[in-house]
Amino acid sequence: MVSTLEVFCFQIFQMGILMQSTLNNPAKRPLLKVLPILFCLAPDCFAEAGVFSSPTNIFAPASTPANSIFGLSLFVLAITATIFMIVVSLLTYAAVKFRKRTDDDGREPAQVYGSNQVEIAWTVIPVLIVVVLFMATARVIASVQRTVPANALQVVVVGHQFWWEYRYPGLKVVTANELHVPVGSPTALKLLSADTDHSFWVPRLAGKTDLIPNLTNGTWIDPQETGLYLGQCAQYCGTQHAKMLLRVYVQSPNDFERWIQEQSQPAHLSAAVSEGRRIFEATACMNCHTVAGTPADGRFGPDLTHLMSRDTIGAGVATNNHENLRLWIQDPSAFKPGALMPAMGLNDRELNAVTAYLETLR
Amino acid sequence: MSTEVIAWPRTEESSRPLVDRLHAWVTTVDHKRLGLMYILYALVFLVIGGIEATIMRIQLSAAHKAFVSPQVFNRMFTMHGTTMIFFVVMPLVFGLANYLVPLMIGARDMAFPRLNAFSFWLTAFGGILLYFSFIGANGLYGAGNAPDVGWFAYAPLTSSTFSPGHSTDFWTLGLLVSGFGSIGTAINIIVTILCMRCPGMKLGKMPLLVWLNLVMGGLVILAVSPLSAAQIMLLIDRYLGGHFFDTQAGGSAVIWMHFFWIFGHPEVYVLVIPAFAAASEIIPVFSRKAIFGYPVMVAATVCIGFIGMSVWAHHMFTVGMSSNANTFFVLTTMAIAVPTGIKIFNWLATMWGGKIEFKSPMLFCTGFLFQFLVAGLTGIMLGAAPFDWQLGNSYFVVAHFHYVIVGGIMFCLFGAFYYWFPKMSGRMYNEALGRLHFWLFLIGFHLTFDFMHIPGMLGMPRRIYTYEPGRGWDTWNLIVTIGVFFQGLGILVFAVNLLLSSVRGKIAGNDPWDAWTLEWATSSPPPAYNFAVIPSVKSRRPLWDLKHPEDPDWEYE
Repeated sequence: MVSTLEVFCFQIFQMGILMQSTLNNPAKRPLLKVLPILFCLAPDCFAEAGVFSSPTNIFAPASTPANSIFGLSLFVLAITATIFMIVVSLLTYAAVKFRKRTDDDGREPAQVYGSNQVEIAWTVIPVLIVVVLFMATARVIASVQRTVPANALQVVVVGHQFWWEYRYPGLKVVTANELHVPVGSPTALKLLSADTDHSFWVPRLAGKTDLIPNLTNGTWIDPQETGLYLGQCAQYCGTQHAKMLLRVYVQSPNDFERWIQEQSQPAHLSAAVSEGRRIFEATACMNCHTVAGTPADGRFGPDLTHLMSRDTIGAGVATNNHENLRLWIQDPSAFKPGALMPAMGLNDRELNAVTAYLETLR
Repeated sequence: MSTEVIAWPRTEESSRPLVDRLHAWVTTVDHKRLGLMYILYALVFLVIGGIEATIMRIQLSAAHKAFVSPQVFNRMFTMHGTTMIFFVVMPLVFGLANYLVPLMIGARDMAFPRLNAFSFWLTAFGGILLYFSFIGANGLYGAGNAPDVGWFAYAPLTSSTFSPGHSTDFWTLGLLVSGFGSIGTAINIIVTILCMRCPGMKLGKMPLLVWLNLVMGGLVILAVSPLSAAQIMLLIDRYLGGHFFDTQAGGSAVIWMHFFWIFGHPEVYVLVIPAFAAASEIIPVFSRKAIFGYPVMVAATVCIGFIGMSVWAHHMFTVGMSSNANTFFVLTTMAIAVPTGIKIFNWLATMWGGKIEFKSPMLFCTGFLFQFLVAGLTGIMLGAAPFDWQLGNSYFVVAHFHYVIVGGIMFCLFGAFYYWFPKMSGRMYNEALGRLHFWLFLIGFHLTFDFMHIPGMLGMPRRIYTYEPGRGWDTWNLIVTIGVFFQGLGILVFAVNLLLSSVRGKIAGNDPWDAWTLEWATSSPPPAYNFAVIPSVKSRRPLWDLKHPEDPDWEYE
C-alpha cells in the first residue's frame, strides 16, 4: 500500500514537471493530492471484493515491475474513465434532448455545417491528453526495461511444448515447471525457446515477455512476499497451450539456499528400485529425460533428478502423487491430450516398477 | 440535377426460367448484383463463424469442461478469427462499397466491371478453399483437420515441423487467393472514385461514404500486399526449403510478426473506416442535419489512414523489442486516438441540435458511438505498453477487439443494412423486428464483451481450451457464454426480418428516409444502368438542394 502510494505521488509529481508551464507547484493543487488517494483506494476495492479475487490478478502486484505497471494502469484508467464519463454524458444528453418530439412541426432543424473553433478545441485537448499519457508511459517503459538490477540471481527459462525448463547457471541446478526464487532480492530471467513461441506471464510479479526461438529475451522480478505465485503461458504455442502452467515459489533466503543445496545433488539412487531404473534406461524414457548421476541425459523432456521435490506434474496439470504419476506414465494424454510424451505401452508390472523408481527421486 | 427521368419501366425479370436467372447472377458484372452477392456470402459466413464462437463459449463456460477436445477448440478459434475478418467483415464492407459508391457518385457502374466480378469470385473461392480444409486436408494427407495455428499464425508454429499435413496450406492459400480479390476490388474502388464522378462532383463534394471508401481502398492495397508476400514466403518455407521463418534453420519468427501486423493493424482500419462511412451517412439523415465539420471528417480519416500504417508493432509489445521501439509505437498508437476522437465529436455535434429519429439504423449507429468510444479507451490502455505487458494476449484484448469489430463495425454495418435495405430490395424492412434485433443484440453484446474484460484483468490468457478452477474466472466466463445466446437470437430475428421483408415488405419507394445523396434519386432497386440521365450536382447533398431550392447547400459550401 505504501509503495503504491509512493509510486503514485511520484507519478503525479512527474506529470507536474512535464506540465511546468501550467502547473507550477503540483503539491498545492488539490486535485493532485486527491488523485493518489483515489488510486490507492481503487485497488483495495479490486482486491477485496470477492468476485475479483484471483491468484493471478494484475491489480495485486507483489514485485517492482508489476507494481510500476500497476501504477501506470491506474493513471491510465483514471484518465480514460474521465473521458468516458464526459463523452457518454454528452451522448446521452444529445440522444434524449434532441429526439424528434411527437408534436414535431415537420420542419428541418437549423443546418449547422461546422465550426472551426470547436474543431480546434476538440483537437487540442486530446493532443494534450495524449502527450501526458505518452510521457507517463515512456517513463514506466524505461523504468522496467532499462533497469535490470545488476546483482540479480540469473535464471535461464526455456519454453518447450508444453512445459518450462529452468536452469540456474553456476549453481548446477536444473528443474522444470516450478521456479524457485528468493524473496526480497531481484531475479533476472533469460527467456529462450526450444520450439515455438511462448510467453512467460506471472501477473503478480511482472508483465508478460515472449520466449521466441532464435531470440534471447529477458525480464526480471523481485518478489516482496514469500509464497506461491501462479501464471501460465500467454502465447499460443500448440495443442496444449492451455496447460502450460507456471508456478513460482518465492522463498525466504534460507529456504531458497537449502533448496538450491538439495537440487544441486545428483539423484539419490536406491537398490530397491533397480528394476524400475532398468526399465527407465532400457526404454525411450531416457532419450528425453535426465536423471543426474545415471546414464539418462535426455533434454527433450523435464529433468527428473528431483522429481519428487515438485508439487505438480505435467506443467502444473496434476498433483504429484502416486496415482497421478502412475497414470501419467501410463498415458499422458489422460491429463494432456496432445502432450508430446507418448504413452509407453508398459504393462502393469513395468508401470509399477517405473513409478516406484521415480518416487525415489527426491 | 435532373429529375425528369430516373428510370425507364422495368422489364419483368421473374418471368424467365430459374436457371436463366441464376446464370445471370453468376455471370453478372453489375456492381449492384456483385455487391449483394458479397453481402449474402458474408452473411452465410457470419452464421458459420458464429457457430464456431458458440462452440468455444460452451467449452469455456466452466473450468475443466470437456465439450470439445483441445484440437477441435484450437481449430475453432483459428477458423472463427480468419472467417470473421476475411470472409465476413471484409466482404460486407466491399459489398456495401460496391453497391453504394457508383450510385453515390452518379456513375453507371464501377470503373472495371469485369475485374469487379473476378475479384468477387476470387474472394468467394478463397473462403470455400479455407473451409474445404475440413474435408480436404483429411482426404489428401490423413491429417484430418482444419487450420489450428491461430488467425495470426505465428511462426514457427506454421512450419512443416510443427504443422505437418496440409491444414496450414489451406489457410495460406485461402487467404492468398482472397487477398488478390481484395486488392483487385480496392484498385477498382479507387479508380471508380477518382475517374467516374458525375459532373459537378469535385472531390470536396463527394459524400463522406465515398471519401472514406477511397481511404479504405488505399489501405487495402498497402496492407494486403505485405500479407500476400508473407503467405508466399511461408509457402516457400514449407515447400521449397526456404528459411524465412524457419527458426530451426536460422530464420526469424519476429519477421513474420512484423509482416503480419503491418497487414493486421491497417486491416482494422480497412474494416472500421467503411463502418465510419455508413455512420457518416446515417447519423446526419436521422438527425436531419448536415454532417458537422465535413472537411475535418475527411482530414481525420486520411490522417487515420496514414498514422494507421505506423502503429503495427503495438501488437508486439511483449516480443522483446527495445525500449526505444516500444516508446515509438506507444506514441503513434496514442496519436491515432486524436483523429478518431475528432470523428466521434463530429458525429456527436451532428446529432446536437437535430431532430433525431431512432429508427433501427440510427439505433445501431448510436450503439456504435457508445461502444466505439469504449473500444477506443480500452485501446488507449492497451497502447500504454507496460499496461499491455499485463493485458496483451489476455481476454482483455479479446474483449477490446470484439468491442471494435462487433460493437463498432458490426453495429454500423447492421445499421447500414437496415438503412439501405429499402434501396437494395425495393421493400421496407419490419421496424418492430429491427428494434427487437437491436435490443437482443445489444443485451447479448454487453453481456458477452463487457464481462469478458474481467477475466483478462484476472490473468486469463486467450486461446486456452480450458482453465483451472480457483482462478476467479468461472463466473465471468459463464456470463460471457450466456450473452452469446442473446446475440444468436438477435441474428435469428435479423435473418427472419431479412427473409420476410424481402418478399412481403411494404414497397419502399425511391426515397423512404427523405435522404440527401444520389442513390435515393433513382428507383428502388435501381435499374442496371443506375441513372437514366447522368445527374449533375452542385453540393454534397444534391437531394437537399432539390428539396429546398430556397436554401440550397451550395450557398454555404
